[in-house]
Amino acid sequence: MASFPAVLQSEWTKVRSVRSTIWTLALTFVVTVGLGALLSLLTNNNFEEFTRGDNGPFDATGTAFSGIMLGELAIIVFGVLAVGNEYSTGMIRVTLAAVPQRGTLLTGKAVVLGALAFLVALVTAFVTFFLGQALLGSHSTGLGEPHVLRAVFGAAFYLTMLCLFSAGVTAMLHNQTLALGVLVPFFFLLSPILSAVPKVKTLAHYFPDYAGSRMLLVYEQSGQPYGPWAGFLICLAWTLAALVGGALVLKSRDA
Amino acid sequence: MIELHELTKRYGDTLAVDRLSFQVPQGVVTGFLGPNGAGKSTTMRMILDLDRPTSGSVTIDGKRYGRLSEPLKYIGALLEAKAVHPGRTAYDHLLWLAQSNRIPRSRVDELLDLVGLTSVARKRSRGFSLGMGQRLGIASALLGDPEIVMFDEPVNGLDPEGILWIRNLMKRLAAEGRTVFVSSHLMSEMALTADHLVVIGRGRLLADLSMPEFIRQNSRTAVRLRTPQPERLLDALDSAGIRVEGGPEGSYEVVDGDLAKLGELAAANGVVLHELSPQQASLEEAFMQMTADSVQYHAGGGTPLPPGAAPGNPPGTAPGAPGAWGAGWQAGKAGPGGPPRTGTGAPNAKPEEEN
Repeated sequence: MASFPAVLQSEWTKVRSVRSTIWTLALTFVVTVGLGALLSLLTNNNFEEFTRGDNGPFDATGTAFSGIMLGELAIIVFGVLAVGNEYSTGMIRVTLAAVPQRGTLLTGKAVVLGALAFLVALVTAFVTFFLGQALLGSHSTGLGEPHVLRAVFGAAFYLTMLCLFSAGVTAMLHNQTLALGVLVPFFFLLSPILSAVPKVKTLAHYFPDYAGSRMLLVYEQSGQPYGPWAGFLICLAWTLAALVGGALVLKSRDA
Repeated sequence: MIELHELTKRYGDTLAVDRLSFQVPQGVVTGFLGPNGAGKSTTMRMILDLDRPTSGSVTIDGKRYGRLSEPLKYIGALLEAKAVHPGRTAYDHLLWLAQSNRIPRSRVDELLDLVGLTSVARKRSRGFSLGMGQRLGIASALLGDPEIVMFDEPVNGLDPEGILWIRNLMKRLAAEGRTVFVSSHLMSEMALTADHLVVIGRGRLLADLSMPEFIRQNSRTAVRLRTPQPERLLDALDSAGIRVEGGPEGSYEVVDGDLAKLGELAAANGVVLHELSPQQASLEEAFMQMTADSVQYHAGGGTPLPPGAAPGNPPGTAPGAPGAWGAGWQAGKAGPGGPPRTGTGAPNAKPEEEN
């Protein structure tokens, strides 16, 4: 059997040697941090206006993370490209000739992608939080407040899981263009729209992005079907299902 | 050693590879010959466990490819030239391949040097020409210093210099004692490089024999005689103990005949000759004849298979048996100006095959 550390090393070389990795991960960071900072600044300057009509307490953490809904698209693209470029270039046959144990291969890929995505997501989450709080001035919160640390880590897990979910779906579709065409509109348009439509939203509340983003909530909101940890588990289940599905397709299909 | 046993691949209704059994002998160049769409690439992908056989099996040194740990150290393959991420450098491409099979990093530099890509090793492969892509592919195949190398149509699309380079490389690899298995649809190319031949058509084994044997069987020469006095000629030949066969358009042919002796014999017996000419079927013609037949028989449906095309011939017995060969050669033989083309010009059935 192929040595797993060797597969990890090889997959790491693949990931680090293409430019799309840098671009997509840098974009994840810039968009999440930048939009969060902008919204935090605007909120601080127009606090009365922005919070008028809100009944609950002001969520300073959530404000700092306002950019994550766009930032996640970049890390989704990273997940798609890292798997999809094997198919778009025909390199998958070279890869499978080198590592014919397909389950081991996809596991190695997922571990490398997941570790890199988590590292970037964690840095992004903490920078986003601290910069946002600095810009919120007197309305800011701290890591020591209840649930805040969970929300910041939750943001990192959320981004990582969406990345791996996308990687798994790409392996299932074994086509980079198709995967981008399905995943980006789904996360950018379909899921947010459906979770606002009455009746349909009960279903949409179980989509991976909605479920995963419950981790970012600091205060309990009315109308939530489940809590943050249940949301984490639902998102994790989606991620694992996509990866297992990808592995099954990869194992059964002619390359 | 690569061993195929009753290997079969079916795509829907199409039988791409049909109960193919043969062994690739060690330490020589084996040409894997067949027209486009004969199933060569599919067979090679099955050897590497990329495509799963519908039935039958293929093993490398007695093991299924998927059971090999660090397979690049056993068998290196070049399937398509540009199966490389265009944004990755040649060096990094070879590096990840090396790392996956625990091949030392120093081999990457060695191979880049061997294929002459050192100067562009740090450039992204996007700008590589087909020839450079092919060299990178060959470097990947040789990375693990494998006993067996397998190339799929390596000279396709290359310029003459590249073709010569690949030819010499294959000879050198075999001279080093490696097993080289190389596919082609050009007999002329194989005649220059291969020591052994495996010929397939429509996924079926047509011949499995050594190159000298193939040449011996197919470069049969004959002398053609044409005369307005056939009776006298036949009598003269008969009394001289020379066996004669009927040729095209009322001519006669003496297989392996001696041109001068036959002329003298005719003169001595006062036979008027209108033609006295040597005949030789080229290897290319013999190959075309062979594969055209396979297409014909296949398309015929109910037509029984010739003994040579019968599946499951044990390797080494040259299924394109001499009898069948001679017959094909004889039947398809035309005048010197017209090479035999009994089948379609380019027998091809599966366009999805060679891509």
